[in-house]
Amino acid sequence: MSTAILATEHLSIGYAPRRGPRRIVASNLNLTLHAGEVVCLLGPNGVGKSTLLRTLVGMQPPLDGRVWLDGVDLSTLSAREIARRVSVVLTERVEVGQLTVYALVALGRHPHTDWTGRLTPRDEEVVRRALEAVDAVNLAGRPVHELSDGERQRVMVARALAQEPLVMVLDEPTAFLDLLRRVEIMRLLRRLAHETQRAMILSTHDLDLALRSADLLWLMAPGGVVHVGAPEDLVLGGAFEATFAAEGISFDSHQGHFRIHPPTQRRIALIGDGVTREWTARALERAGYAAVTPDEPVGLCIAVTGDGRQPCWEVRMNGDAPQHVRTLRDLVALVRRIER
Amino acid sequence: MAQKRSITDTFREPVTPTPIASWPRLGLRPLALAAMCGVMILAFLLSLSFGSVRIPLEQVLTILLGGQAERASWTTIIYDFRLPKALTAALAGAALGVSGLQMQTLFRNPLADPFVLGVSSGASLGVALVVLSFGVANTTLLAVTGLIGNLSLAAAASIGAGAVLALVLTLAQRVQNSVTLLILGLMIGYITGAIVSLLLYFSIAERIQAYIAWSFGSFGGVTWSRMHVLAPAVGIGLLLALILTKSLNALLLGEAYARSLGVDIRRARTGIVASSALLAGAVTAFCGPIAFLGIAIPHLCRGLLRSADHRVLIPACILVGATTALIADLFAQAPGMSVMLPLNAITALIGAPTVVWIMLRREVTRGTFSV
Repeated sequence: MSTAILATEHLSIGYAPRRGPRRIVASNLNLTLHAGEVVCLLGPNGVGKSTLLRTLVGMQPPLDGRVWLDGVDLSTLSAREIARRVSVVLTERVEVGQLTVYALVALGRHPHTDWTGRLTPRDEEVVRRALEAVDAVNLAGRPVHELSDGERQRVMVARALAQEPLVMVLDEPTAFLDLLRRVEIMRLLRRLAHETQRAMILSTHDLDLALRSADLLWLMAPGGVVHVGAPEDLVLGGAFEATFAAEGISFDSHQGHFRIHPPTQRRIALIGDGVTREWTARALERAGYAAVTPDEPVGLCIAVTGDGRQPCWEVRMNGDAPQHVRTLRDLVALVRRIER
Repeated sequence: MAQKRSITDTFREPVTPTPIASWPRLGLRPLALAAMCGVMILAFLLSLSFGSVRIPLEQVLTILLGGQAERASWTTIIYDFRLPKALTAALAGAALGVSGLQMQTLFRNPLADPFVLGVSSGASLGVALVVLSFGVANTTLLAVTGLIGNLSLAAAASIGAGAVLALVLTLAQRVQNSVTLLILGLMIGYITGAIVSLLLYFSIAERIQAYIAWSFGSFGGVTWSRMHVLAPAVGIGLLLALILTKSLNALLLGEAYARSLGVDIRRARTGIVASSALLAGAVTAFCGPIAFLGIAIPHLCRGLLRSADHRVLIPACILVGATTALIADLFAQAPGMSVMLPLNAITALIGAPTVVWIMLRREVTRGTFSV
């Protein structure tokens, strides 16, 4: 394994207000980040993900300990020196008016240019490469405010890339994007990390995407514990259950996602198989009923009939005559009517 | 490990290279700026030509080039009256335009202007104190208009503007958030406004008139001797703005991104506030509180050039600001009439429709800053 580009040593993060006690968000963190690696930082809201990221990029001083950036103590570097090693993509939407995409990406050269901000031919070359890398060449002449959210995020990644950093830090880069755009951005980041041998760390709430595409997860649990490991290792080790433990949800280790449980559950017998049974069970679960096998003694029984293309449901209440419905919407309505 | 990785080195198989010629340039618009410069020179010459006495343009040129004019009095008029006035107008317009641009970028607010920092409020308070309360007991109106008159009005305004400037600069270095400065400027405005109203309430009609005359604004009060103060002050302010161009561009992305790009936010903010307050303070001290130029000119330049790059906008604001102020002064002289119209009325008449035009043409402000 290569040497760490970024490493923390007994790092404590948090806030030290002028008056009042210090608020420590997490302490004694010993984390490392390697070249060519994509790390996803996961954790519930308010656990301190942004605080950690801000500390790693020097926007917030650590309460204790050190951040080593390429072998140098971060606190000894000037803002400009840090900017040549670390670039960021933030959640906030930038409003830059009449600026073109090209000019926006060129702003990434800021820490490398002289005091006038003049771009040398090499600077322009880097800007062009950055735009090519995120496949935004055709956007170069467009004003930034005309871009869609997905295009805008790609351009912001290009801007961060044009800074030629060792580490790219992205705070929820996929927050406002639809599924396709999220997958696209994650693929892009992976490709960039591997091809350009940069380290990338991004915070996200997109568990599924993080589990599927991160090389490494930093899972931040309430109380400031950070579990580090390959996504699969963390799932098998039970770190997810521990981190996101809360009323009404549980982590499904088989599926790699969370299950939401309505507070009260009544039981309904469900007969059937295949994908239709699966989705019927989900529809019932959403309405507050747990689907069980007909072996259990329950009053209400639903049987899936018909084939996979045109399913049909038969609802039977104890000795009553069976009723038939053709959609799950009608089924849920019928079950609610009977149960009332 | 320590050496920098460059994108160019590490892309093993570059994507099909796009021909360099087809890439957009940053667009520093030298032609547009040259055209603006031409228009400004024209406005400058026109303002020398028009006035209570009409001097033909070729005669103006002859006099400026050191030649002999048809009438000797014209040389005197040009050198002693119109040239300082036109220079003042040009300097004031440039100063207010650039100051407004800096404030709009720093506060990320399209409605910010040079006076949001409270500099003009400070100047107004200084003038009000001198005009309205100086020698309440015995001085006659003559003393107010004559002795105290122009000289100490400028001095009082300078002291007032300077005091606020010092206060704002101290705070600019301390506060975390630029919005705090904005609120501070507003509060200074309210406090000075209240004191001025009190002074007006207890003052006599003639003095109130003298105060109001100052608040109308005028480019006419600057003689050559005062130009020795105004011109260097504006020059330093503009120079500072040019030095800060790079930081201003980074601030377009917001303070967090600017910091991540290596900008020392506190230093940049202090520089911007110093430059802006110096520009606005000097102009207000010598010309009175001139409204609207500061807010309207940056928008005008953005709209004309379709650019947000300060490397273009700062020269543009200097040129367009100077031109607009010269034209406003031309109108204020009301050619053919012996009276001078209040300058502030003219700038507002130009400025207000401009702001309305901007609001209606949303694409200028849309995406500029969140309103």
